[in-house]
Amino acid sequence: MIVPIIFLIICIAGSFFTGLPFSFLFDEMVIRLARNLILVTSLILPVITGLGLNFAITLGAMAGQIALIIITNYSIGGTTGFFLSILISTPFAILFGYLVGRVLNKAKGKEMITSMVLGFFANGIYQFVFLLLCGTLIPVKNESLLLSNGVGIINTIDLANIKYALDRLIPVTKYPIATLLVSLLVFLFLHFFLKTKLGQDMRAVGHDMEIARVSGINVDKTRIISVIISTVLAAWGQIIFLQNIGTINTYGSHEQVGLFAVASLLVGGATVERASWKEALIGTFLFHLLFVISPLAGQNLLGNAQIGEYFRVFVAYGVIGLSLVLHAWEKNKARTRLREIKE
Amino acid sequence: MKDFINRIGLPRFIIIIFLIFLMALAIYLNIPLSDVITDILVRFGMNAILVLAMVPGIQAGIGMNFNLPLGIICGLIGALISIEFKLSGFTGLFVSILIALPLAAIGGYLYGKMLNSVKGQEMTVGNYVGYSIVSFMCIFWLLAPFKSPELIWAYGGNGLRVTVSLESSTSHVLNNFLAFKIGKVTVPTGLLLFFAIFAFLVWIYSQSNKGLSMIVAGSNAKFALSNGIDVDKQRIKGTVFSTVLAAIGIIVYSQSFGFLQLYNAPLYSAMPAAAAILIGGASLKRATIVHVLIGTILFQSLLVVALPVINVIAEGTMSEVIRVIVSNGIILYALTREGGSAA
Repeated sequence: MIVPIIFLIICIAGSFFTGLPFSFLFDEMVIRLARNLILVTSLILPVITGLGLNFAITLGAMAGQIALIIITNYSIGGTTGFFLSILISTPFAILFGYLVGRVLNKAKGKEMITSMVLGFFANGIYQFVFLLLCGTLIPVKNESLLLSNGVGIINTIDLANIKYALDRLIPVTKYPIATLLVSLLVFLFLHFFLKTKLGQDMRAVGHDMEIARVSGINVDKTRIISVIISTVLAAWGQIIFLQNIGTINTYGSHEQVGLFAVASLLVGGATVERASWKEALIGTFLFHLLFVISPLAGQNLLGNAQIGEYFRVFVAYGVIGLSLVLHAWEKNKARTRLREIKE
Repeated sequence: MKDFINRIGLPRFIIIIFLIFLMALAIYLNIPLSDVITDILVRFGMNAILVLAMVPGIQAGIGMNFNLPLGIICGLIGALISIEFKLSGFTGLFVSILIALPLAAIGGYLYGKMLNSVKGQEMTVGNYVGYSIVSFMCIFWLLAPFKSPELIWAYGGNGLRVTVSLESSTSHVLNNFLAFKIGKVTVPTGLLLFFAIFAFLVWIYSQSNKGLSMIVAGSNAKFALSNGIDVDKQRIKGTVFSTVLAAIGIIVYSQSFGFLQLYNAPLYSAMPAAAAILIGGASLKRATIVHVLIGTILFQSLLVVALPVINVIAEGTMSEVIRVIVSNGIILYALTREGGSAA
């Protein structure tokens, strides 16, 4: 629990220097929690199944964006458009998740670096499809989506049709009640899912693949299912994220998804082997609080807002780096101790 | 035929076929081959030392050194200090290297120490430690007390420029040294010679007693231990060499490129180097100078030939997309192969 406490102290000290009113911070945090929670939650299952941090949720985010581009192409907006995009993204996400799972099964013991490179690789394919094939091989009906020469999708797509489709579904207060409810549902789903036979199998596989195999669990299949669920959640998470933001950066929105979600989960006190909804909630809150206050704190403390910007990127990478080091270090120590006992 | 493909490996086979196809297309499109060959020679010399930096790491058993940015930053600091003192030409180049060497050696030593406590997760950890260092250095570049007008923004603004021109200092000193022309092809003799010196040093070292014990430690730690080789020390040695070569590599790269790239530029610098050596036929466990030569030539030729060809037939950004797909695809292939349990 030491990591979240340190972050809490940094955040409290930082918010003291920003001089932002509490009500502003509160509103901002509610919005940010609503739009990021599902993306962070999508990481939990692979951690439990022993795959470590699934940086390949980038592919899920791509599936979400593909769906959003499709509904924009047919100019379907509003609540219908939102639910349709969720529906369209799901088969894509299942397919991507299956492929990611297959690849990760071939790279046991180095899943994290593989999932990361897989994210970069998929990004290349994604750019290839949307820059070259759209408008040539893949017909695009809505011409405002295409670049001026008729080939490739434009860099920024306006999602005005679908903006706040979920956030304002229950227009009771100014807060995105429906989105928070959906996040709660996802938490509940995970909670009960982990109690089913499949969920218990995932825990067993995460604990020790060999023992799981001996006790009759199909390890590879369980791992693939875990990645598929993670990818589908990431696709939905990305759609929910983008309906709040209101625009897609076609070639950039998905790139940082893995990084920020992983950093959020780790800030909450999760490790490479242990994560739950609590860490997701605490981590998302603390990480995004830091995100809001660090540029202002940098401005007020050091007279340069850019320092704060770089600082928060440093924190994102640093917290991932540090927890990977600590995790590998502890595992290494345990292994050495085991060897000493054996000898 | 199948035997042949198996021997050179499927991805390498695809890349060679693709390259031949692009070459044929270039000739068909009347793209001047002399320009293409000149470019290949220059880009080979520019990148080869960075690729060479992968060799000691793989030999010492730490896998691909994804923490290349550490060495690169040491090189950049060396180059910046030499500009600050208004050094130019060969003096500037050698002073840059002289300043960078101890920094890289110390950095590599500390990083090697750390890697010894995270055995089995070197690549994942290295990658994120590299990212953390790069983002931390972004803050350093903002605050660093450099005074030379070449380095800082001309009008207001904080810190160092994002790209520093080397026009008045070391730009092209190696490229132009003893350069001569065969027909329309310019041969950057100095650049190639400089690489040859370092390639020769690495080769000589790997033939020597000390080098052999490093390779043994990397390929079979238990066997090395029973022969009285201090595996941890050998791994640190490999890491130090790799970091030092990366520092020299970026100085050579920058003088040919004509600019120093600061801030986020070193972030993804390890990926192309890793891809190049893997294309050359190296694995996560074995790498030689031949792999560096073949890999760098193939990878850089692909990029150089792709650019004009694709500019004629499609969008300009496509060559970047091809780079992303090829480089990450080959790393993915290496990661998912059997054997090489270290990540």
